[in-house]
Amino acid sequence: MAEEKRLMKGNEAIGEAAVRAGCMAYFGYPITPQNELTAYMAKHMLDKKRTFIQAESETAAINMVFGAASTGARAMTSSSSPGISLKQEGISYACGADLPMVIVNVARSGPGLGGISPGQADYFQSTRGGGHGDYFHLVLAPKSVQEAADLTYKAFALADKWRMPVMILADGLIGQMMEGVVLPPPVDPASLPAKPWAVGYQDASHRPNNHVTSINLVPAELEALVKARFKRYEEIKATEVRYEEVGCEDADLILVGYGTSSRVALGAIEMAKAEGIKLGLFRPITLWPFPAKRIGELAAKGKKFLTVEMSMGQMVEDVRLAAAGKGEVYFYGRCGGVIPTEDEVLAEAKRLLGK
Amino acid sequence: MELVYGHPKSLKSVQTKYCPGCGHGVIHRLVCEVIDELGMQEKSVIMNPVGCSIWADLYFDFDSVQSPHGRTPAAATGVKRMLPDHLVVCYQGDGDLAAIGTAEIVHAANRGEKFTGIFVNNAIYGMTGGQMAPTTLVGQKATTAPYGRDPVDAGMGYPIQVCELLATLGGTRYLARGAVDTPANVRKTKQYIKKAFEAQLRGEGFGMVEILSPCPTNWQMKPAEAVEWLEQNMMNYYKLGEIKNTLEEAKK
Repeated sequence: MAEEKRLMKGNEAIGEAAVRAGCMAYFGYPITPQNELTAYMAKHMLDKKRTFIQAESETAAINMVFGAASTGARAMTSSSSPGISLKQEGISYACGADLPMVIVNVARSGPGLGGISPGQADYFQSTRGGGHGDYFHLVLAPKSVQEAADLTYKAFALADKWRMPVMILADGLIGQMMEGVVLPPPVDPASLPAKPWAVGYQDASHRPNNHVTSINLVPAELEALVKARFKRYEEIKATEVRYEEVGCEDADLILVGYGTSSRVALGAIEMAKAEGIKLGLFRPITLWPFPAKRIGELAAKGKKFLTVEMSMGQMVEDVRLAAAGKGEVYFYGRCGGVIPTEDEVLAEAKRLLGK
Repeated sequence: MELVYGHPKSLKSVQTKYCPGCGHGVIHRLVCEVIDELGMQEKSVIMNPVGCSIWADLYFDFDSVQSPHGRTPAAATGVKRMLPDHLVVCYQGDGDLAAIGTAEIVHAANRGEKFTGIFVNNAIYGMTGGQMAPTTLVGQKATTAPYGRDPVDAGMGYPIQVCELLATLGGTRYLARGAVDTPANVRKTKQYIKKAFEAQLRGEGFGMVEILSPCPTNWQMKPAEAVEWLEQNMMNYYKLGEIKNTLEEAKK
């Protein structure tokens, strides 16, 4: 059978990938630029007799996900930057209760209400554990409609595997643009492995009670729980790091960018090639865990880095930490919803190389 | 010999952390007695709020989910939608339900979510030590209303009658207010709970039982005085009885 290729908006592709991943419950609240995703889920979840609720707020939506995920069902919410801020309370609780779920951020520019144009200024919030307490969760950054679908599909499996929320950090450009996409095969939700920690159907096995909770008032016990979670984080860092590398080994300057800014960087690299200038691309796909080890290796070879972001400089801090003083790290960014152009990035690269 | 009265199977036989004279113990027992009578122990989920009854999972002998403060009805929505044949009990205090979680309870009720709210109204924040609640009576003292709740001059507003508020919403089918001050009211409250749980299992839309309950510690009274205060003050403002009943059986 020929593979099924569709022309879709990023927001729609994320929705379809979630449906195909066996998402049984979606809860959302209107916010631009991710509204197509909520509308897509409304139609397709209801058509499949799955749960769709337009919640009264982003806060309620994430807690509906919390409840649905507590039963072991694959569940998802999506929003954009200001709405993701509202969800941080629920994300902290979900991390504290070790609940798998998928959270999509089709990011816009901020702070505050900011604007509805694409932004990458939610990097800190996404990768540092945006709510209260000691925690992290996986963050995946797609660069295209195809990758938005693939990573969303993958996110459900990763969430289940590691018992943690997985965030898709896209932006308004990825959400709004249309590209061709080959969709992953549908998962039969009934075929997914049982989750022995989930609530419900106690009558089937007469098992002991399951409690989904994040509270523990005994300091030594809570410390042990947090430490066990951090041990799991180390396993994730060792096994789940994903990145793309283009021509880094013989580059005079490596551009580092994720999502939309990596596409701009790639364009600048092509233009540079025509001028005989060797630029490389390093594109983190997992923002947490960050591909620090590989950047460290490249830095140890004396490579220089130019981090390109749609922010005033957030991921660049991780690049600096990874380079650990062994390679020079520079930054070029635009913010407020402005997308840097290939010309601007190339000009900055040439300036840094003295060309 | 037939056992006519005993400890409910669904309630663990342990001493609770609740203060002497607190109503939670009796209310826990009523919920569990009804769950036993319906044979639902292994098909129930208790939603723990934030507040004194956050410890519900220590006492209810079945599965539990503990969500952020006030978000209990949103989380209960997620649980019940995924487990439609289970009994989902959304247990909340007045701070959780009527202050920080007002949006969540109003919208869950309006959607006609098919879980049951157990709303324990003791007119005060218990766990955090006696702050003014949305249901604190006018003139009643609290650590954050040291001169008593002053609705106008100090801008503290009026105590919220939650059943009456929710009664206007199309999704609500059964709203009743009981109390645990006397054996007669305890029995009546149990009947309300049973009616609400049975309606939930029939899938008849949102139901909630509000229960007036004493908090001697934070009211700074002896347990017997607290019961008396509840009867003389709370019951005048929060009227007992079925506030709304549009269940199918009531229409017959």
